[in-house]
Amino acid sequence: MILYVVGRLLAAVPTLLIVAIFIFGLVHIAPGDPAILIAGDNANPEQVDKIRERLHLDRSLPVQFGIWFGNAVTGDLGTSVYSGRPVTELIAQRVEPTFLLALYTIVLTVIIAVPLGTIAAWKANGWLDRAIMGFSVAGFSVPVFATSYLLIYVFAVELRWFPVQGYKALSKGPVETLVSLTLPSIALALVFAALIARVTRAAVLDVIHENFVRTLKAKGMGTRRILVTHVLKTAGVPIVTVIGIGLAALIGGVVVTESVFNIPGIGRLTVDAIVRRDYPVVQGIILFFSLTLIAVNLVVDLSYALFDPRVRG
Amino acid sequence: MSEIAVAPRPLLVDLLALALRFLRAHREVSVMLALIALMALVGILAPLLAPDPAAINPANRLKPPSAEHWLGTDHLGRDVYARLVFGTRTSMSVGFSVAAATTLIGVVIGLYAGFARRGGAIVMRINDAMMSIPAVLLAIALASLMSQGLTAVIVAITIPEIPRMVRVVRALVLGVRQQPYIAAAVSIGTRGVPLVMRHVIPNTLGPVLVQATYACASAIIASAVLAFLGVGTSPDVPSWGGMMADARRQFRLHPDLMLYPGLALSALVLIVNILGDRLSDAMDPRKARRGIL
Repeated sequence: MILYVVGRLLAAVPTLLIVAIFIFGLVHIAPGDPAILIAGDNANPEQVDKIRERLHLDRSLPVQFGIWFGNAVTGDLGTSVYSGRPVTELIAQRVEPTFLLALYTIVLTVIIAVPLGTIAAWKANGWLDRAIMGFSVAGFSVPVFATSYLLIYVFAVELRWFPVQGYKALSKGPVETLVSLTLPSIALALVFAALIARVTRAAVLDVIHENFVRTLKAKGMGTRRILVTHVLKTAGVPIVTVIGIGLAALIGGVVVTESVFNIPGIGRLTVDAIVRRDYPVVQGIILFFSLTLIAVNLVVDLSYALFDPRVRG
Repeated sequence: MSEIAVAPRPLLVDLLALALRFLRAHREVSVMLALIALMALVGILAPLLAPDPAAINPANRLKPPSAEHWLGTDHLGRDVYARLVFGTRTSMSVGFSVAAATTLIGVVIGLYAGFARRGGAIVMRINDAMMSIPAVLLAIALASLMSQGLTAVIVAITIPEIPRMVRVVRALVLGVRQQPYIAAAVSIGTRGVPLVMRHVIPNTLGPVLVQATYACASAIIASAVLAFLGVGTSPDVPSWGGMMADARRQFRLHPDLMLYPGLALSALVLIVNILGDRLSDAMDPRKARRGIL
């Protein structure tokens, strides 16, 4: 068990390093002088020189990477070219709405997708299954900003149940926050649930034909109880895995949704930074999201050690 | 199982016959392909089907549908129907180009990763690391670093799309390598490129095609996201994502300007995704009604 945990942790190190090299390289693979690129079209030569000096662009690439990575490890992601503030601080300020939006979405997704996927597997190839899987394909075909505007039109403009856009901070009361995040979370959850419902169906279908299910049935246990307490427990591992992997897609969706709903989260920060060509911020955000993904998937992996006796060894 | 003729007929004829037989057996695949062909035709024939999508007429802005402007005009007085028709071009060309580029590059890297022992492990490490960078985010960043234009958009979307293809191809190659027919081919002296071209690639074609379809669908969405956020694509090029970005300001008064491109985009992606699903079902030997491949 300890060996497994240590092994997993060690395996994440090279992944991290490769991701860091790639993100560092982003600015350098683009054609042209990175200093001019970062300074923008309107900068004078002095400003360009200043940036070159600050980012150590006059040193050799490996040295630059060493400085950048060394700083990143200690939590220093550089400073924003636009506002002059530390990137870490900018990200930290924006974490709350993004984190809550992602969490809300995942909760909604599980509530929608796991029952639907289970029912689809239970009634496999019946009309209910077809309907649910039809919904699922539609779910990840409709882009999240299209769903967002449909929801805004129906529930905010016409019915006026929710605000059209904006975000209320937690400090002003959690109910307000929840209300302001409901439409964006539903928009995101519809896409995410489509994916998870599919995976749940496949996972449950795999388990449903196992011998132990037949035994339970023979012993007279009700179908519902078998599905909920026994089948889902076994099918849980692949479902949780895909929720972890699917987080990458969710983060992409968050960037778009925050922009549609005008939520001041990391997604909005990304779009603003891109428009302003504020590359230290862009690099910092991508690194932050990648780190989050790696960490979440590591936790998912480690949780197998708790649930799966074969891994526990 | 059908017998596969070995030598005299050219491979292309065999493949065409095979494709025809496949289409006849799987009606839904054919229907989706026909719909995609239809939309591609709309994109190609756009100049014949619609007026100039860039003609600005400020006196005539935000007008409801009329005989002259079938779907009305946008905030600059441009014809919405024309922009919709020309937007088909943008979405289709990005979708196809990304799918093709992803497949080509992904198959080459995947083959290498599947065959090379030590190099393969390194490639997969890099591949897995790439997958932990959120794809849309990476595409946005790449697109913003390159000069504006459709090529930049295609490249920016292709790069994050490749690792998934590599993973699919490598898994397939590892499976195929275990097959007796590979051992048989090797034992009669087939090696290197001919072995790969004749025995490995044909037997990985099905799932690769399915993955290419999904790459196409996700590329169409990604390109719309880029245009919607105003990254990479020039606002002058009519695109569905760009139309939706323009419609934001008038959303309360003119939600229809958001609706048309949203519907077109969703419909195209849905068709491509259904094609992928049906192809996947058709290739699955457990579901196949009769042996095709």
